[in-house]
Amino acid sequence: MTKVIPLYTKALILTLKLASLGIIFSIIIGLLCNILLSKENKILTKIIHGYIELSRNTPLLIQLFFLYYGLTKFGIKLSETTCAIIGLSFLGGSYMSEALRAGIEAVHNNQIESGLSLGMNKWQLFRYVILPQAISVSIPLIGANAIFLLKETSVVGIIAIKELMNVTKSLIGIYYKTYESLLMLIVFYLIVLLPMSILLTLLERRLRYAEHGN
Amino acid sequence: MQNTGINLIFEGQNLARILQGLLITARVAFISIFISLILGFIFGLIYSSKNKIIRFFCRLYLELFRIIPILVWLFIFYFGFPELLDINIDGEVVALIVFIMWGIAETGDIARGALESLPKHQRESGMAIGLNKIQLYRYILLPQAFRRILPGTINLATRMIKTTSLIVMVGVMDVVKIGQQIIESNVLKVPDASFWIYGLIFFLYFIICYPLSKYAKTLENKWNK
Amino acid sequence: MSKKSENKIIEIKNLHKIFGEKTVLKGIDLSISEGEVVVLLGPSGCGKSTLLRTLNGLEKIQEGEILLDGVNISDSSSDWTKIRQKIGMVFQNYELFPHLNVIDNILLGPTKIQNRDKNEVLVQAEELLQKVGLADRKNAYPRELSGGQKQRIAIVRALCMNPEIMLFDEVTASLDPEMVREVLEVILNLAKSGMTMFIVTTKWDLQRQ
Repeated sequence: MTKVIPLYTKALILTLKLASLGIIFSIIIGLLCNILLSKENKILTKIIHGYIELSRNTPLLIQLFFLYYGLTKFGIKLSETTCAIIGLSFLGGSYMSEALRAGIEAVHNNQIESGLSLGMNKWQLFRYVILPQAISVSIPLIGANAIFLLKETSVVGIIAIKELMNVTKSLIGIYYKTYESLLMLIVFYLIVLLPMSILLTLLERRLRYAEHGN
Repeated sequence: MQNTGINLIFEGQNLARILQGLLITARVAFISIFISLILGFIFGLIYSSKNKIIRFFCRLYLELFRIIPILVWLFIFYFGFPELLDINIDGEVVALIVFIMWGIAETGDIARGALESLPKHQRESGMAIGLNKIQLYRYILLPQAFRRILPGTINLATRMIKTTSLIVMVGVMDVVKIGQQIIESNVLKVPDASFWIYGLIFFLYFIICYPLSKYAKTLENKWNK
Repeated sequence: MSKKSENKIIEIKNLHKIFGEKTVLKGIDLSISEGEVVVLLGPSGCGKSTLLRTLNGLEKIQEGEILLDGVNISDSSSDWTKIRQKIGMVFQNYELFPHLNVIDNILLGPTKIQNRDKNEVLVQAEELLQKVGLADRKNAYPRELSGGQKQRIAIVRALCMNPEIMLFDEVTASLDPEMVREVLEVILNLAKSGMTMFIVTTKWDLQRQ
């Protein structure tokens, strides 16, 4: 059994890599959404809202299956990692968009007028007035979303491995082992992910207290 | 040739089977939600106790389900325990157990939050006019807590419905599994079966969850003002 | 108040402002000359703040003209980012940027928007802070200051942009009586030094000075 530990360590590093990429792309998508929303174009706004509702009201698993298996219709065959990153970013993007939007809306209109009265253009307003103030509201939410995405990434990993193991179901001996290995995988994930999750949750709680002064 | 994809859905028994699968998914979801709400509320009352030890264990239980992904819990009950205890548990039963335990934990936290956020003077003025504990809860605290609980529980219900997509991983014949079977048996005839079937499942989840989340938002707006 | 010159800084002709169905301002004509101090006094809700805010474009007008130094700034092609640099505004709620300390609040506009040399602005800022008696607070954050102090900083911040005219929108309305005095003193000194000002207020004592 100890032979599989290096394999699991590799899996864990892969999970972290995927999650990090997913989180970064989600934040980028979130920023993009808010920039597009600020144009106040009716059609754009409807599209963005449609995207947000669509990705928040459907399970990640189905999104991934659709991406991985469904897109072969168009002759697109994506690797598992690419699928995972796209799926995570698609889902995470809408959550990050909401997190950033909460921050931006928390900035008072009066502050914006204050910036305007100094002669700021839209970009200067965003950079010097809105963004610094929005960040303190958005960061706890972004942190919570990051934890959420990390958990979902580990689920993606587990599913991918299980799918692979289903292929070898025909051989009974290996089949027996697969359950054992799977159990080991779970335990392994727990030993590493659990402390990380707890740490992140504590960090998130502390950020929230700092924000609300509770 | 182009249309055979979407027609696959209506071919033969397919639609009936998909709906059967949907029924199973719905069964798991609604039973879990229903029981979770009732037992979860009681858990919430327990959780809001002043006793530190009780609170600690309640908190521990809650965090276990928050930190460990639900899929992992499903595997623990489906693969782990049977191995340890040498028994067999049916996938659907596993799903129900896990979802209900999760639901109780989260509902309890929402209920506790609502109860604790009620202004203290409500409690005090109730006691001042001579209500005992049960009457206090029934006439004053619970109706007000209800408003704070409802949006959160609808949000939880939506999340639980989305998570039912995972039960295919523990061998339940839910809508996802049936979809996969249809795809598998048709993959040679209809190359884009995956697109339409998964697309359909995607759509089904959406039309269930979207109205719920919209409703929760409306309630939140109405009651927060 | 003696007119320093006949140069008209602001001219308003036949200004109309409509909010939905209501015509809030109708046919307003006003001119302010260089060095002149105009005080607009009236009860709340009569539209005086609205009039002031049309001058730097925070409110749009439906009819009429606003001329700054003889140039029409109220038509749709105006570049407000340039115009607003010539018009200093002080708000009722001070509206300092909470994430910046005093000196950064003051330096932001001149250095980042007007692209002036930082050291030159620093000298001007410190001089003005000295004049309002807050030179020792230049590294403080707005949350550490009292209302009167914040308002004086807000005035300095607007002045460092070297505006041609200063607008004051009910600037003492949020202040306790003791603090009103210190702010009034600054405004008075500013008027004496020849700054063109347009002041909107509901308080008699401000007008009396």
